[in-house]
Amino acid sequence: MKYERDPVRIRKVLGEKVQFIQGDMAVAYGGLLSGVSFFGGYPITPASEVAEGMARLLPRVGGCFIQMEDEIASIAAVIGAAWGGAKAMTATSGPGFSLMMENYGYAIMTETPCVIANVQRTGPSTGQPTLGAQGDMMQVRWGTHGDMEAIAYAPSTVQECLDMTIDSFNLSEKYRHPVCLMTDGEVGHLREKVVIPEEEEMPLIERVEATTDKETFLPFAESPTTGSKVPDFPTFGSGYRTYVTGLTHNDKGFPKTDKQPDHERLVMRIITKITDDREEMTDVEEIELEDAEVAFVTYGASARPAESAVAMARAKGIKAGMLRMKLCWPFPRHIVNKVSKQVDKIIVPEMNLGQMYHPIVEYSDPGCEIVLAPKIGGEMHLPQELLEMLEVS
Amino acid sequence: MVEDMINANELREKYLRDGMLPTIFCNGCGHGNSLDYVFWAIEELGIDMDDVALASGIGCSSRIPGYVSADGLHTTHGRAIAFATGIKAANPDLHVIVFTGDGDATGIGGNHFIHAARRNIDMTVILLNNFIYGMTGGQLAPTAPKGSIATTAPYGNIEHAFNISELTQALGAAYVARWPVFYPYQPIKSIKDALSTPGFGLVELMSPCPTAYGRRNKLGKIDALWTWYEDNTMLMEDYDRIMDYGTEEEIAAAKNKIKIGVFQHQERSGFFGEYDKMTTRLMEQDDAKWGV
Repeated sequence: MKYERDPVRIRKVLGEKVQFIQGDMAVAYGGLLSGVSFFGGYPITPASEVAEGMARLLPRVGGCFIQMEDEIASIAAVIGAAWGGAKAMTATSGPGFSLMMENYGYAIMTETPCVIANVQRTGPSTGQPTLGAQGDMMQVRWGTHGDMEAIAYAPSTVQECLDMTIDSFNLSEKYRHPVCLMTDGEVGHLREKVVIPEEEEMPLIERVEATTDKETFLPFAESPTTGSKVPDFPTFGSGYRTYVTGLTHNDKGFPKTDKQPDHERLVMRIITKITDDREEMTDVEEIELEDAEVAFVTYGASARPAESAVAMARAKGIKAGMLRMKLCWPFPRHIVNKVSKQVDKIIVPEMNLGQMYHPIVEYSDPGCEIVLAPKIGGEMHLPQELLEMLEVS
Repeated sequence: MVEDMINANELREKYLRDGMLPTIFCNGCGHGNSLDYVFWAIEELGIDMDDVALASGIGCSSRIPGYVSADGLHTTHGRAIAFATGIKAANPDLHVIVFTGDGDATGIGGNHFIHAARRNIDMTVILLNNFIYGMTGGQLAPTAPKGSIATTAPYGNIEHAFNISELTQALGAAYVARWPVFYPYQPIKSIKDALSTPGFGLVELMSPCPTAYGRRNKLGKIDALWTWYEDNTMLMEDYDRIMDYGTEEEIAAAKNKIKIGVFQHQERSGFFGEYDKMTTRLMEQDDAKWGV
């Protein structure tokens, strides 16, 4: 029986409109509300609660949850389900995300819509499983081999875990691209109030299904119906008899692996379908930036102590502000550049030894000083220590 | 019935994908025969190719879906069965068929293979076992007979080979059969049975690789290699009879043969049948609770 999204049943299964839940559970809620009908996952701290939530909720709305044999299988099954017509997702953390890298690239190359929630921790290797970190902000961008663009959100609150899961599905469906929700162990295990949005508060974007002539349809070319660089989607079983391969392919989907122009044309379309819309999809929050002379540029859990530090600094008369990147990739280079031209100094708090710091340096005005505020070891920054960095500015 | 049947040319016309031929297969390879058997099985069952989804990994056998006029997912090395699990979950009405090789399925993909068989995931796996990594030029496979030569076992293979069909039988899969490709009718019958049995169906086809295996192991020209399969396999019924009633010499000789035939055929609810029962029960419970 093919899944049909039933918004009334979904909300009944989720229960009360206002709840006090974990970030991981909010990701599961967001998935259910988006219309997820397949979840494949494998246990890993601190992401297991997403799978546990899905195992409990998904069968009750008619969706399918499978605990796969590993993370490689999880992302593989998710991609297969997407071609079968499902909205599909998985959730993992650092080591599992590393295992998913090959098939993440496969999803990019085959333009498969799906969502990967990464409740980040640190490394190298097993690292500190139970503690949060922002260990994969570069892996999501550069971790799979070859040339590609990434789409990645970074929630700072439990409510955003829910909302941004829906946003992730929307961008995934719109661009036919695997979208990553880069939460972390802090936000994932945090309990906060969430409000379940009404249907009209959460518009859903669905992939454009192929409808044109089956004989002439090109599954890997610009859409004949919308003119977009994103091809229409020929769901398996709909009669298009599509061949989907991770090899470099032509518009028909047939392997074409030995000619330079074929490869460049394909890869550039897959990249520019996203980067052309960089400004349109930019999602940032600007806090006290209007007259700021020093600013934090940060994201995810790190934005929470940074926001407190801004308020403490303002109380002391320091002109501090903050740019919070809700969507980290594609990198909001135009906004960061604008901020860097306004302030004298940008401070980058991250729970790693400098990842988003690098594109911030790359796209900032050379006249602006960029300072990294790294924190590793599974602890968040204290507002006080970030305030001290503002005070010496 | 017979007068309605199409001939071999019409069969190929009907099922092969335009614009993808010629195949990458070498002369004397058994993969083309295997594909032919799948076509015959689908034709005889009357399955509409719009209701078929193929999945494959990496290797010579994994290029097969490209030649078939059907939806096909040519995936990463070893992972086809995991991808296929997702396809079937999203659309249980599809006949999901995986084409894989011995290296793809039991080397890099061994974990996915055993778990799909254990879960009795509803899919048909056509596993083309040629004892070697053919596409990459003849490296050692987990199925390589002891003593055989590969580019990465230049002094002879010291490992023990996987017995794929017996492994799958032990995992409780619904259907398991092994045939050399030189038998045409038994594989077609087995593919039909695997396609029409709920749960995990494995048809292991022993497909000769003259280029990467036969030549290196001095098994002679193509016809000699194909004859090797005749000389080195034994029908399961004959094997069992010899084990019960044979002389010591016959028993010793039989133990050196590869058993062929139907290893398992059982009616056992597949994973998605079980899953469907669970969701139906839960949704009925909820409806009763909510008074719907």
